[in-house]
Amino acid sequence: MSTSTTRGAASGARRAFEFQLLRYRRTWRGSIAGTLLNPLFFLGALGIGLGHFVDRNGAVSALGGRDYLSYLAPGLLASTAMQVGMGEAAWPILGGVLWTKDYLAMINTPLEVTDVMLGHLAFIAMRITTAVGIFLAAMAAFGTWHSPLALLAWPAATLTGLSFVTPLAAFSVTREEDNAFTWLFRFFVTPVFLFSGAFFPISQLPSALQTVAKLTPLWHGVELCRALTLGRVHGAGALVQVVVLAAYVTVGLILSRRGYRARLAR
Amino acid sequence: MPGGTLDRSDAPGGSAVVEASALTKRFKSFTAVDGIDFKVEAGEAFGFLGPNGAGKSSTMRMIGCVSPLTSGSLRVFGLDPATHGSQIRARLGVVPQEDCLDTQLSVRDNLFIYGRYFDLSRKVIAARIDELLDFVQLTERKHDKVEDLSGGMKRRLTIARALISEPDLILLDEPTTGLDPQARHVLWDRLYQLKARGVTLVLTTHYMDEAEQLCDRLVVMDGGRIVAQGSPRGLIAEHTSREVLELRFAGGAATHVDAVADLADHLEVLPERLVLSVADGDAALAAVHGRGIQPDTALVRRSSLEDVFLRLTGRTLVD
Repeated sequence: MSTSTTRGAASGARRAFEFQLLRYRRTWRGSIAGTLLNPLFFLGALGIGLGHFVDRNGAVSALGGRDYLSYLAPGLLASTAMQVGMGEAAWPILGGVLWTKDYLAMINTPLEVTDVMLGHLAFIAMRITTAVGIFLAAMAAFGTWHSPLALLAWPAATLTGLSFVTPLAAFSVTREEDNAFTWLFRFFVTPVFLFSGAFFPISQLPSALQTVAKLTPLWHGVELCRALTLGRVHGAGALVQVVVLAAYVTVGLILSRRGYRARLAR
Repeated sequence: MPGGTLDRSDAPGGSAVVEASALTKRFKSFTAVDGIDFKVEAGEAFGFLGPNGAGKSSTMRMIGCVSPLTSGSLRVFGLDPATHGSQIRARLGVVPQEDCLDTQLSVRDNLFIYGRYFDLSRKVIAARIDELLDFVQLTERKHDKVEDLSGGMKRRLTIARALISEPDLILLDEPTTGLDPQARHVLWDRLYQLKARGVTLVLTTHYMDEAEQLCDRLVVMDGGRIVAQGSPRGLIAEHTSREVLELRFAGGAATHVDAVADLADHLEVLPERLVLSVADGDAALAAVHGRGIQPDTALVRRSSLEDVFLRLTGRTLVD
């Protein structure tokens, strides 16, 4: 009397994704409002307000030959992707096993543990890409697109967000409580946000810190997005950045698969 | 006969829905399930009775194909959980120990998305939701958030959820723990009806009355092992006398053991209670009084599975 049909591996993940959408239907208004206002606040305050002083003091050449707003905006674009992704991959993932226990309901059905993981990651990717798309549209309105390549900053920033999401998912799903997240946001996300070249060139940092900055996916994402929106893509550099970001995503996926299994199939 | 196979299911080529042999589950150095054998036949209600920590839930999670076995063998619908987990789960309805309902979603949405996990079409799910809500008496709560339901209602919703895929086998892990007596009886009614429809039920419980009422056959578990098995009546007949006399001594029961020991077929000594297995409880109580012993309270009752468990392990089922 089985009513289930097998439609290939993608089907299970799609159904797990469907659940995340169903939940999001309740909360999307608040989250979209934040996603819309965030770029306007940042671009307005920092780009125009602060940028006015930066531009007047002749820093233009050090900042890529355009105004400070055009330098800053792609940095904020990549940072937004990181922050949205980190927020979605911390509490909501642990909640799946600890609070809402949605994951624990899913695993009693034909869904596989990998489907549960991929469905949630796909939803997070959608959240990032929506936020990034809106930010990129705001950037166009602020006149910070200097090349049609800017459109490619959309997937580039999404990839940047995911390079944080998949390793964090592996961490989140194996936690027993959420204390670690407060530390993570205070002592990892904030410094990475401030020191990965979004606001100023990392050449301003001591050389040891420059090396650290270059290890973070955010620096690669910022550089990549900036090259695209300013229209100054150097083939090899951009390629390296894409490879580094993709490597973070891939390693994160492998670790997540292991973490999800350790947590949900024990 | 710990670890033995149940008589009734020994027939060759039988239609066992679940078949386990030497089933073992270890977590690091802790052995939760220690090499148990059992068979569940199609259409029967099969129970695992035992105290907390006996290994019931671990066994259920292995049958449910969400927890890999450490060793031994397990077949569900004749399939191996290690290789056919998804196919097996497609035919299971699971009521886990914790409801795992999404309390922020409505009653309807919880059922809907669960149906989607089984890849049912929206139309089929919509029809079944109405049927199931009627069955578990939650029709008026269809659009309410799960958050607002009582514990008993949530439990009924979890049962409805397990039925959305029209499963061949339903696994219920402590279905009525934590519910008030009235809610338990409503739930039992629903489970009787499912049993009458020919659905195979496997449940765990630490309530002897639940096991007596619902189970055709059961195994008694303790410390990861099966310590007894059979029908509820058979177990009582085999392991205890017809009646039980309980004598309570608030100051401690041990000092009265010698005075009454010869009256009982079997005597269990608990801190403040003596439990005497006897053929005739009233006669035994009269004899106790005749010897000038004055217990604080005395109770004569029929023997139960609780007594079977006490007899086998020296401990009670529910602390």
